[in-house]
Amino acid sequence: MLLFLIRRAATFAATLLAASLVVFAVLELLPGSPAQVMLGETATAEAIAALEARLGLDRPAPVRYASWIGGLLRGQSAVSYAYDTPTFELIAERLQVSLPLALLAMALTVVVALVLGVYAASRHNGPGDFGVMVLSQLGVAVPSFWLAILLILLFAVQWQWVSAGGFPGWSGAEASDGGLWPGLKALLLPALSLAAVQAAILTRVTRSSVLEAMREDYVRTARAKGLSRRAVLWRHVLRNAMIPVLTIMGLQFANLITGAIVVENVFVLPGIGRLVFQAINNRDLVLVRDVVMLLAAVVVAINFVVDVLYALVDPRLRVAGDA
Amino acid sequence: MPERAVRRAIGHPSFVVGALLVGALLLAAALSLAWQPYPPAEIDIPNKLAPPSLAHWLGTDSLGRDIASQLLVGSQNSIVVGVIAVGIGLVVGVALGCLAAARRGWVEEAVMRFADFTFAFPALLSAIMLTAIYGPGLATSIVAIGLFNIPVFARLTRASARSVWTRDYVLAARAAGKGAWRITTDHVLPNIANVLIVQATIQFAMAILAEAALSYLGLGTQPPQPSWGRMLNEAQTMLFEAPLLAVYPGVTIALAVLGLNLMGDGLRDLLDPKLARQR
Repeated sequence: MLLFLIRRAATFAATLLAASLVVFAVLELLPGSPAQVMLGETATAEAIAALEARLGLDRPAPVRYASWIGGLLRGQSAVSYAYDTPTFELIAERLQVSLPLALLAMALTVVVALVLGVYAASRHNGPGDFGVMVLSQLGVAVPSFWLAILLILLFAVQWQWVSAGGFPGWSGAEASDGGLWPGLKALLLPALSLAAVQAAILTRVTRSSVLEAMREDYVRTARAKGLSRRAVLWRHVLRNAMIPVLTIMGLQFANLITGAIVVENVFVLPGIGRLVFQAINNRDLVLVRDVVMLLAAVVVAINFVVDVLYALVDPRLRVAGDA
Repeated sequence: MPERAVRRAIGHPSFVVGALLVGALLLAAALSLAWQPYPPAEIDIPNKLAPPSLAHWLGTDSLGRDIASQLLVGSQNSIVVGVIAVGIGLVVGVALGCLAAARRGWVEEAVMRFADFTFAFPALLSAIMLTAIYGPGLATSIVAIGLFNIPVFARLTRASARSVWTRDYVLAARAAGKGAWRITTDHVLPNIANVLIVQATIQFAMAILAEAALSYLGLGTQPPQPSWGRMLNEAQTMLFEAPLLAVYPGVTIALAVLGLNLMGDGLRDLLDPKLARQR
């Protein structure tokens, strides 16, 4: 197990390193001068030179890369060109919206998918199963940002229950200024639109995984022993069916993070997605670089955690050479 | 034999529904090349936000542009993105996967680590990076979606090809002196083609969704070229005045994606020789 962990951790570190090299190469090396991109076509040579000096772009590339990574590791970030604030501060502020959004969406996804998936499997080939499958086909086909617009249309325009977007903040002197409930309320529709697609996918995975586990010999044995259907389902089937579900869940959390970029823009939520989108419009390459690096690191980290969890759940994988 | 295959296909409901929807999508794109009700970018302010009528089947948008024409021409856009992005993934991914399965050892390890690594950059992230440098556009989104398709096909190809390599007929071919290249082209590729076709259909659907999302954000297709995603973006500003504008493009995207997914599911069943014998 220890060897497995060390090998996995080494791969994780190597992947992060490679990702940082790609981000650096794409954003700072490929097109010539980032200062030119930031200032636009009409910038004078003096202005470009001045910005290059300010951002330290006049130094050789390996030095710049080393100082970027060194700063990330020490927790000191570069200063955003457009906001004149350390990028870490901006990112930390926006994470207060994006992280709860992703977690809320993930929670919705898991609850809906497990309930519907297990239900469909237990009604295999019946009308209930068919209904769930049709629902999941529709869920996969509907783009999350369109669902978001439809929800706004229904809840904000038609019924006027919630505002069409924006975020009141987690704390405020009065309820109208924000707080836990207004904050959650503002995240509910975005989380719902993010979760729908993922729940549709996870429902299918849960269903087929449960169906497969129900065909195993130990299930027949348990039933023969006199255990009720329900007890077999909870005690034997679900535990074994969880392995593929867990893998897909990990991948889905990564999807939720990037999916949030789009949905945050639909609801005008001040999250990471909106931040990176504004950074592109401001040509703030420093900020784009750090946000993209963060998101890529999150995706890699989630895959790492899933691999380790996987090995904990299924001991066979720990010994398998390729694991 | 072909007659039986056709009969099986017609008897498969999700394949039939999927094929009909995909057929309609292709037909719409082909039709729009030759004929459109109106030029899709033609602005007609006096007729703005017109309700559906005989003249404008689905009405007009805030600039008086014909919705039906924009949807028709927008289908070209989605198909172009899907074909090229899936093409990039297929060509590069299948080549890498075959190489990994044939060479094994460190080559396989390198290919698989590369695939793992590429997954760290979902299409949206690559698109954001590329847009920050090269500006938004159709090419940027195609490249970003295509890049993400590479590891998908590389992993699938390697896994499927490896199982072909363990078969007795491959052993026989090797004993007969065939090289790795010949075995790959003569035995491996024909045997994994079905799996690849099914996956390509699914990735095509994903590409349409990703392109719509990028265009919605303004990172994809640029005006005046109509695209379904950008139509939704424009419609969102008109939600109170003309809610239907936000419905048509979304339904179109969902139907196209649904069609491709259903067709993929159907093909998976129909191309599976084990299931074919059962029926």
